[in-house]
Amino acid sequence: MAESSAPGGYPIPITVEFTGGLELLFGNERKHKVVLPARLENGSSPNISFLLGYLVDNLMQDERKDMFIMEDSVRPGVLVLINDADWELEGEDAYELQAGDTIVFVSTLHGG
Amino acid sequence: MAPHICQLCNTSRAQILRPKNHARICAPCFIDIFEREIAETITSTNLFQPGERIAIGASGGKDSTVLASVLKTLNDRHAWGLDLVLLSIDEGITGYRDHSLDAVKRNSVEYDLPLKIVSYEELYGWSMDQVVAQIGKKGNCTYCGVFRRQALDRGAAMLGVGHVVTGHNADDVAETVLMNLLRGDLPRLGRATSILTSTPSATMSRKETEADGGEVTITNVKRSKPLMYAYEKEIVMYAHYKKLDYFSTECIYSPEAFRGSARTLIKNLERIRPESILDVVRSGIDMAKLVPNAEGHPKGAAEAVIRNEVEDEAEGGCGGSNAKEVVSEMAQMEQKLRQDEQAEEAGTETEIKLPSKVLDGQRHDRDLKPDLPPEAALTTYVQGQNHDRHSQTDGQQLPSDIRTVPIRTKQEKKSSRKATRDAPVPKQRLGQCERCGYLSSQAVCKACMLLEGLNKARPRTGIEVG
Repeated sequence: MAESSAPGGYPIPITVEFTGGLELLFGNERKHKVVLPARLENGSSPNISFLLGYLVDNLMQDERKDMFIMEDSVRPGVLVLINDADWELEGEDAYELQAGDTIVFVSTLHGG
Repeated sequence: MAPHICQLCNTSRAQILRPKNHARICAPCFIDIFEREIAETITSTNLFQPGERIAIGASGGKDSTVLASVLKTLNDRHAWGLDLVLLSIDEGITGYRDHSLDAVKRNSVEYDLPLKIVSYEELYGWSMDQVVAQIGKKGNCTYCGVFRRQALDRGAAMLGVGHVVTGHNADDVAETVLMNLLRGDLPRLGRATSILTSTPSATMSRKETEADGGEVTITNVKRSKPLMYAYEKEIVMYAHYKKLDYFSTECIYSPEAFRGSARTLIKNLERIRPESILDVVRSGIDMAKLVPNAEGHPKGAAEAVIRNEVEDEAEGGCGGSNAKEVVSEMAQMEQKLRQDEQAEEAGTETEIKLPSKVLDGQRHDRDLKPDLPPEAALTTYVQGQNHDRHSQTDGQQLPSDIRTVPIRTKQEKKSSRKATRDAPVPKQRLGQCERCGYLSSQAVCKACMLLEGLNKARPRTGIEVG
C-alpha cells in the first residue's frame, strides 16, 4: 500500500498490539507500528475494517489467518481495544483511525 | 462518535461495554464491580468456610491467574481468613506446560502464595510427552484427563487441603451445557452447573475423617468454581486492566475437540446477544433440577452436588439400596464417563471394555428399532431401574405431564444391564485401589490400569553393555 501524501491529509501512524496468543501470527512481536494512508482508494478514511485487511496482507507471518479474522471481521473471541476502550463503544469495524491511536487485539481463545 | 461517560461514576470515559447488561463503565469501576460480583457469588453460596485451606488449581492461564488474583484480593479485603495455596499440575508437555509453569511461578511470587507443583512424572512415572510418544496423538487426552483428576486430588491431599478451586468461567459452563445437550448427557449437566461438587465420602463420613484427626485423604476433596458466573471476556479485560501476567497458548497435543464446536456456537451467539451466555448457564441449572436423583426425585442443581450421584441411575438394576454399593458404582461410572468424555472431546474412539460396550461413544441398543424417531433412544431411569420396556420404544411422545427429564448416559450398559437383570446384583464396595490407594470400586483404579498398559508396552531403555 502506498503511503503517499495524497491530497486530503497526512498518513496515519498508529500502534497495533497483539496479545493472548495472537502475537504468534505476527512474528512473535506484540507491538507493531503501522502507518496507514490518509485516504483509501474510494476516498474514505481508513477504518478498523480496512486495518484488518491491511494487517493480514502486510504484517501476518503465519498461514492461520482464521485465528484472527473470520469473514470480514475479527474472529469471535478476539477482543479489540481502541485506545484502551472496548471497540463496541467506538463503532466497531466502522471506527475511523486517527494518528496516534493504539489498537489492541486480545485473543481469549485458549485455555485458562 | 461522542465518548461515553461511565454509568457508575459519571466521571471518567467509559471503556468497557459489559456483556451481561450492556452497561458502559470505566476501567476502575469495572475492576471494582467485577471483584464485588465474585465476592457476592462466594458469600451467597457459602462457598468457603472461615479459615479454610483452599488450593487454587493454577495453570498459568488467564482464568486461573485471575482467580488467584481475585481470591487473594478478596481474602485480604474481607478478612475471610482463607489459607490460599497454588496447586499446579505438570503433565510434562514440553513447549506448553513448561512455559505456563513459569507464569505460575511468577504468580506465586507476585501474590505471595505458596506453590505446589505435582507432576505426572513423579506420580505415575510417565510424562505426557512420553505417553504421546508411546501411544500417538489419539487417545492421549484420555490419559491426561484421568491422570489430572487424580493428580489434583492427590496434590490437595499432600497439602492437607480439602477444597480445590478452579477457574471455570461462564463461557466454559455454557459450552459444557451445550455439549451435554448436544450429546444428550443430562446427568452430567447437574455437575457442570453446580458451583460446588464433592465426592461421596466428603458428605457421607465427615465424622470418620474427623476421627482421623481431620486428615484429608484423596477421597474427600471438594471442588468449586467461583468464577462460574463471570464472562470470559470480562476475565480477559480484568487481567488486561490490572496488567496481570498470564500464559496463553493451546496445548500442543489438543486435537479438534468436540468442545471446539460448542465454543464456536457460544462465541457466535455472544456476538449477537451477549446476555445469552449467562442465560445458557441459568437454563442449564434449571434443566439440571429436572434430572432425577437416586431416589427418583428431581434434585436442585444449585446445591452442593454429590459428584457421582447422578451416574447412579445409569446403572440399570443396581437398585440403589445399599449406599456403599451405590457409591462404588458411581465412582466407577464417574471414571468411565470421564474417560469417555475425554475421548469424545478428543474425537477418538472410546475404550471398548467388557461387559459394557461403547463404540465411538455411540449407544448400541439392540432394543432400538432403526426406524424409530430419535426420542425413542431415551429411556426413563427411575430409582435406578431401567424402564426400557415402558418407554418410548413404540415411538410415542413423552407424556407432557412428566416432570422428570428422561436421561440416558452415553455409556451403554446394554450387556451389563442384561446380565444384572438376570443375575444377582454384583456387590461392589467403595474401596481403595490396591496399587495407589485412590478411591475406586475396582481393585485397581482407572489410572493404574492405564499405567499398566503403558508400562507393559514401554520399550526397554538403556541397554548397558559391559
